[in-house]
Amino acid sequence: MIKLKQLFASGAVLTFMSSVAHADYALNMPVGVTETSRQIYDLHMLILWVCVVIAVVVFGAMIYSMIYHRKSRGAVAAQFHESMTAELVWTIIPFVILVVMAIPATNVLIDMHDSSEADMTIKVTGYQWKWRYEYIDEDVSFFSSLDAASNAARQVGSDIDPATVENYLLNVDHPLVIPVGKKVRFLLTAADVIHSWWVPDFGWKKDAIPGFINEAWVIVDEPGVYRGQCAELCGRDHGFMPIVVEVKSEADYAAWLVAQKAAAVAAKLAAIEDLHPRELKRKGKKVYRANCVACHQKKGEGIAGVFPAITDSPVATGDINSHINLVMNGKAGTAMAAFKDQLSDVELAAVITYQRNSLGNKVGDAVQPAEIAALR
Amino acid sequence: MATVIDTHDDHHDHGPAKGLMRWVTTTNHKDIGTLYLIFALIMFMVGGAMAMVIRLELFQPGLQFVDPGFFNQMTTVHALVMIFGGVMPAFVGLANWMLPIMIGGPDMALPRMNNWSFWILPFAFAMLLSTFFMDGGAPAGGWTIYPPLVLQGGNGFPFMIFAIHMMGISSVMGAINVIVTILNMRAPGMTLMKMPLFVWTWFITAYLLIAVMPVLAGAVTMLLTDRFYDTTFFNAAGGGDPVLFQHIFWFFGHPEVYILILPAFGVVSEIIPTFARKPLFGYSSMVYATSSIAFLSFIVWAHHMFTVGLPLQGELFFMYATMLIAVPTGVKVFNWISTMWKGSMTFETPMLFAIGFVIMFTIGGFSGLMLAIAPADFQYHDTYFVVAHFHYVLVTGAVYSIMAAAYYWLPKWTGHMYNEKHGQWHFWISTVSVNVLFFPQHFLGLAGMPRRIPDYSVQFAEFNMWSSIGGFVFGLSQVFFCYIVYKTIKGGEKATDQVWEGAVGLEWTLSSPPPYHSFTEAPEIK
Repeated sequence: MIKLKQLFASGAVLTFMSSVAHADYALNMPVGVTETSRQIYDLHMLILWVCVVIAVVVFGAMIYSMIYHRKSRGAVAAQFHESMTAELVWTIIPFVILVVMAIPATNVLIDMHDSSEADMTIKVTGYQWKWRYEYIDEDVSFFSSLDAASNAARQVGSDIDPATVENYLLNVDHPLVIPVGKKVRFLLTAADVIHSWWVPDFGWKKDAIPGFINEAWVIVDEPGVYRGQCAELCGRDHGFMPIVVEVKSEADYAAWLVAQKAAAVAAKLAAIEDLHPRELKRKGKKVYRANCVACHQKKGEGIAGVFPAITDSPVATGDINSHINLVMNGKAGTAMAAFKDQLSDVELAAVITYQRNSLGNKVGDAVQPAEIAALR
Repeated sequence: MATVIDTHDDHHDHGPAKGLMRWVTTTNHKDIGTLYLIFALIMFMVGGAMAMVIRLELFQPGLQFVDPGFFNQMTTVHALVMIFGGVMPAFVGLANWMLPIMIGGPDMALPRMNNWSFWILPFAFAMLLSTFFMDGGAPAGGWTIYPPLVLQGGNGFPFMIFAIHMMGISSVMGAINVIVTILNMRAPGMTLMKMPLFVWTWFITAYLLIAVMPVLAGAVTMLLTDRFYDTTFFNAAGGGDPVLFQHIFWFFGHPEVYILILPAFGVVSEIIPTFARKPLFGYSSMVYATSSIAFLSFIVWAHHMFTVGLPLQGELFFMYATMLIAVPTGVKVFNWISTMWKGSMTFETPMLFAIGFVIMFTIGGFSGLMLAIAPADFQYHDTYFVVAHFHYVLVTGAVYSIMAAAYYWLPKWTGHMYNEKHGQWHFWISTVSVNVLFFPQHFLGLAGMPRRIPDYSVQFAEFNMWSSIGGFVFGLSQVFFCYIVYKTIKGGEKATDQVWEGAVGLEWTLSSPPPYHSFTEAPEIK
């Protein structure tokens, strides 16, 4: 019997140890990779320890009292019930502790607000549910959304084990790329609702608010890949718009920038060519799955009351020009975004053609990238 | 005014009317208190059921059960139901039952309004919950209803707005009644500084309610006109500002969190002296600390908004003001401990819940102090660290005090003792499970898990599973609580008038249960 108990006990300890050893979960705030994030971590640890010390004293007194001042031990109640000295002591001491805490916190805050003398500026725009990065002065801009593998696994009842997906929900198709050791200033805004841009390793999050521009900055010390998520509830797919930042050496960053510019030129050239409707539909399906499916649903049925169906809709089966207009310019006051900023000419032509000739619709017409380009 | 108590009323039926109409037409403070408490318990279970859906979906990574849109409806309505349907009506119920008795009056000052302020509530919540059956479902923009997101909602949106209006009207009427009662119905000799602390904290809470509920009403009305009448209060494209809404909302919202906790302070300040058999330590400093907290609660609202891009001076001001709240809150905790110190304590269920409150509310206070540090808040904000924080202050804080109050006064209300063994089991199961539920959420938040997400990266899997298991057990133990309450109402050992050996106060001079019109003759106040 005793042996059995020991076996269980050692088994439990082993399981616990191994789960600790294998776990890639964290208990604490990351120290991060910027001067700011390290200062914030230090502040966090300082206030945490202050709290722990106060807790030990306060709870210690309580527990002592609960053990020794109980009726069952024959304790007789004293009748004291006020002391000006005591009240003053426990007003003044906490006040002093708070002042001591406020000083380093103030210094860090002042530092964080100084975004002057930045080496480069990136405009970050939150969309439902992706991010857009524009490199000011560099003519490079792109969207960054949840990667395809995570997106497939996260559908309700997908039967794909998230553990088999690398960086599940924390991976994107096009990561933001920035150089190491440079002061990068971010200008944050949003196109539809409020989002919040957060990479824990950088030490801060900042809200992206439609119609307003917020500022923040980083100087990252080490090259690497840093991941984060949108932190402000922004609708149905709030949990599915991660942030990935690749921090590269200056040379690698410069090479990356050149490649981006070349790719942009190639995309513009591609938009001049006409495509076969079958090719448009094929591309359109991909665009639909990445951009439309969250609201309009997989088969185009929509969600009654909030997101209209595409199947048999008067727009997708009616006049093609009003269809193009709706997709490009969106509909004010609803979740329907203006996709002309989000999608290329080819993608817009493809997705509109797809919607008119799939999802239960059979209109039979098509729109070419050049026609979209002409409307911009 | 306090001396004018009519002891020569001419009606002789001092009992309640019979049947259902007793509850519909009642103007009796105890009946209305009972209605409030039962309503709060039902809403607590409804909101709890939504929490179970949330914890079920978060049990493991991947989406197993609900659509992300429905998940957002769950988090949103869970919060609205728990705050406006659970905690607030429960405290109003306690106020209705206890305030007139504690100050030696016959009833609340405005009994018909009292009836109305209760009966608005079931309709308000029927309206709110009916949105689940509408096109587009229930509101899903979070209980903070930030525009522009909330304006994207379906047909349920205006119903939610009007439900909030009705809850606000109910709260303001309840608050007016509390203030008028306290100022006018006190027995001769019951000076303000002799009032029990529960009366004091409710007195201050009532002023907070009157000050901020109209602000919320204004904010949600502006949302309504933005959506339906083309105004652009919160739309930058028309010259408005989405952040303006957050300022208005939190100008309501921060005092609101003290509305949810000040009466809890009052409850605990009644219970601890009873079971320590020793008078409350620092009565007057408790009153002043409560008043200071109420005052400070009006000038800290933007600490909910450190990440919206406030100017440096604004962030500094709100950081300092917020840290300052720790001082009067600390005073309260120290006074409670000094009350216990050198007492002669016993640990019946109300005392267990009260001590649980002091310890776990203080843990929530510590994380609150951490959140006050603005630069660190840039990391904590909108993560599970915040979720852990406000559940420690609201569940193990406000809700624990309500449980403590229920056990403390149930014998007085029903005339029956509850089953002490059951009460102890309820406390221990709840306390172990609630910590398994909420403590790991601190770690999740620090490790980077945002709040209000239906699915998460696999690194968060382990703690979420712990949290869900704790949640299920905590949920079940509240079903047990309902059973205990039911059994106590139905029968049980006869309660004495005094009920608790160390209890002091006017409520213990009345019979258990008290007569229908509490004090028809003014008691003598020593």
